[in-house]
Amino acid sequence: MSRLSVMLSGLRLENPIIPASGTFGFGYEFSSWYDINILGSIALKSTTKTERFGNLSPRIAECRNGMLNAIGLQNPGVDAVILQELPKLNKVFSKKIIASVAGFSPEEYVYVAEKFDAVDQVGILEINLSCPNVKENGVTFASCTKTVFSVCQEIKKKTSKPVYIKLSPNVSDIVEMAICAKNGGADGLTLCNTLLGTVIDTKTGRPVVSTKVAGFSGPAIKPVALKNVYQVSKEINIPIIASGGICDADDVIEFLSAGATATEVGSQNLVNPFVCKEIIEELPRKMEEYGIKDLKDIIGRSHYVQ
Amino acid sequence: MRERCLCSVKYNEPIAKDIFKLVIETSVNLQQIPGQFINIKIDNFYLRRPFSICDCLEKSIIIVYKVVGRGTKRLSETTRAQQLDIICGLGNGFDMDALSDKSEVVLIGGGMGAAPLYFLAKSLKESGVSFETVLGFTDSKQAFFLDEFSRFSAIHVSSLDGKIGTKGLVTDSLRDISYNYYFSCGPLPMLKSVHRFKAAPGQLLLEERMGCGFGACMSCSFKTINKSKRICVDGPVIYSSEVDFSE
Repeated sequence: MSRLSVMLSGLRLENPIIPASGTFGFGYEFSSWYDINILGSIALKSTTKTERFGNLSPRIAECRNGMLNAIGLQNPGVDAVILQELPKLNKVFSKKIIASVAGFSPEEYVYVAEKFDAVDQVGILEINLSCPNVKENGVTFASCTKTVFSVCQEIKKKTSKPVYIKLSPNVSDIVEMAICAKNGGADGLTLCNTLLGTVIDTKTGRPVVSTKVAGFSGPAIKPVALKNVYQVSKEINIPIIASGGICDADDVIEFLSAGATATEVGSQNLVNPFVCKEIIEELPRKMEEYGIKDLKDIIGRSHYVQ
Repeated sequence: MRERCLCSVKYNEPIAKDIFKLVIETSVNLQQIPGQFINIKIDNFYLRRPFSICDCLEKSIIIVYKVVGRGTKRLSETTRAQQLDIICGLGNGFDMDALSDKSEVVLIGGGMGAAPLYFLAKSLKESGVSFETVLGFTDSKQAFFLDEFSRFSAIHVSSLDGKIGTKGLVTDSLRDISYNYYFSCGPLPMLKSVHRFKAAPGQLLLEERMGCGFGACMSCSFKTINKSKRICVDGPVIYSSEVDFSE
């Protein structure tokens, strides 16, 4: 089905559907639901240098048409991911995967990125910059133009696979951040991580999630994510993987029209474990309905259609 | 069997104060294991809600739930013949093979924790295992299934208000019982005191807020003595020997 295929920096995806980091475990958990080889790729859970348990519970809350999470980057550490998780995934998923790199210092990002860069299974390094920089008083990497640029540049120096910078929407000017990533050598962008939000228990008056403020995702944030993709793709010509509230094939078509080349499906995997499969099956029908011959033809069309 | 299906509501009525019994009809016989749970998608609420299976009959699953928030309130308004999107067969379930002929078994349930123990009690009885049941309730108006439980074993009931059974906690009832293996489900403080009460082997059914219920989101992680586990897939039942209640 080449009508569905898209290219991300030399990596050909059979379709633009990628489960987003943190909503699909290490992938193999979903292989008992369906044959996950139909997916375009899989973005792994964000990985740090060493094992992390993550935040205290409650780590999750719900809001209208969305949810908040503060898992706290729970993961077994990059060596365990490469030695234990990736071989398990390899048995049920034969395509290239997207490794999500996280860290608390620029050096940690480079360390984890280099480790993944040496793994054949990895097709793209996605750099999750929504982590606090412990050396800069905990300011997130993604909210500082200098660190977006320098972390990207350092990773590019030490790695050979395509580097996609996953930006945070919690900034005043997303285009400025995207330009910094591009200037740092980013091959592409993932737009975006979760928004920040909170939910308060009406009986007790306390924030529900243990961290008080948490990552807000789900269908409720889609217009914001779509706007970010639209604005960035208008200014910059590197591939964008879009993420934010995608639930069906129409959402995918919207994001591609806004300028994305591929899409990551996140929260909806938690509600409907079959959502990625359903979108892949629904896409050809929707393309037929809208007279789209090839998905590649509609990338960024919102910028020029009359 | 883990499966996502659309099921129709056969019965959804209160059986105690704020406690509802929901019977959902399935098109096939979805064999479930005691201790497993289902996830229900409730209209107008984004995330699914996990509920322990209280009983599983041929082509129907029964859950007993308490109305605690807007989601369960909405669920309580679901009427007969309405369709529910559920995922069943989630979690590991109790390990009944861990018992031997020397086992003196007790089931210890607190509040809503009694619900999954009912399915276990029924299955143990069917397997010829004899046991006793200890049930505790904070509010005696929220006690449920006492007659049903007494069909399978001797039961010892306690309540904090003293209006049913003995006044006190489940651990007060445990003083009078000889046991060397237990199965327990209830609020975390109760599980902690049951675990502390006697160093007997046993199994605890844990609860936590969940995002997915099938291992994808890591919302329900729980520290055991040697590693972190996801309550939804590595649990909800864990052995007492794995428990780390130090924090």
